[in-house]
Amino acid sequence: MEFNFITVAFIVFSLITLGGAIGVVTCINLFRGTIWLMVSLFGVAGLMVLLSAEFLAAVQVLVYIGAIAILFTFAVMLTRSITSDKMRFTRVWVNVISAGILFVLFALGVIYPVWVANAATHFPVTDAGLATTTDLGVALVSGSQFVLPFEVAGLLLTAAMIGAIVIARDADDEGN
Amino acid sequence: MALEQFAPAGVMIIIATILAFIILVISRIFGPHRPTFRKNAPYESGMKPIGPAQRRVPVRFYLVAVLFIIFDVEVIFFLPWAVAMRDLGVYGLIVMGVFTLMLIVGFIYEWKKGALEWE
Repeated sequence: MEFNFITVAFIVFSLITLGGAIGVVTCINLFRGTIWLMVSLFGVAGLMVLLSAEFLAAVQVLVYIGAIAILFTFAVMLTRSITSDKMRFTRVWVNVISAGILFVLFALGVIYPVWVANAATHFPVTDAGLATTTDLGVALVSGSQFVLPFEVAGLLLTAAMIGAIVIARDADDEGN
Repeated sequence: MALEQFAPAGVMIIIATILAFIILVISRIFGPHRPTFRKNAPYESGMKPIGPAQRRVPVRFYLVAVLFIIFDVEVIFFLPWAVAMRDLGVYGLIVMGVFTLMLIVGFIYEWKKGALEWE
């Protein structure tokens, strides 16, 4: 492995990602866990930049760190007593075993297509000729490509908005 | 897009991290740190706290967060279209208009339902 700037950046962002993930699973206070989650997601955004996926990195920062982590924070706040430090999590072994099984499955999912299957075609390519954000914009509205999924996504967002209002306001009315 | 274009962002991240550490470390080293039970109380030299401070947060926060996520995702859809807008011309504008129209329907519903108001 050649040792240049990209390697250093990769190591740094990997450490940020894994360190944040370890912080998430070891933090007793759930609120701090969500902050660690933001750290981990930021590391993933850096890795995406290194893979020349700038748009995905922007999505990661805007949507995941900017919005979904905030939703997690609010969800932790909405639960009554789980933020207190007195609450201890006792079912450690169940989680250790299920996390181990998940890790093996994910590792196989990464290793199999990259190294076992046809390595030449599946290896990530990071050179010129990659799709840019402009290409993505053209593909989204192009009639022969993704215009229908694009409009369906708009419909789905509207449905999600209405659904959120219906659920949250019903719960609100019950509380009154 | 070349990786060099991210150099300003990288420099800013590094400077921000260093600055945050410097501020924390300097105030830790030079500031006096003599905590007492009184000082650590929620209201220093105020009334004695009664009951737990953690109240149940209204579900309204959740609604705001979900609506924020939805509008955020809409922005993400607008972004690549906006980058390629000049090439796409009127056709792209119509497609995006249909997309926006559906979202405006949801927005009007939200507005009429009073989900944007904080009683």
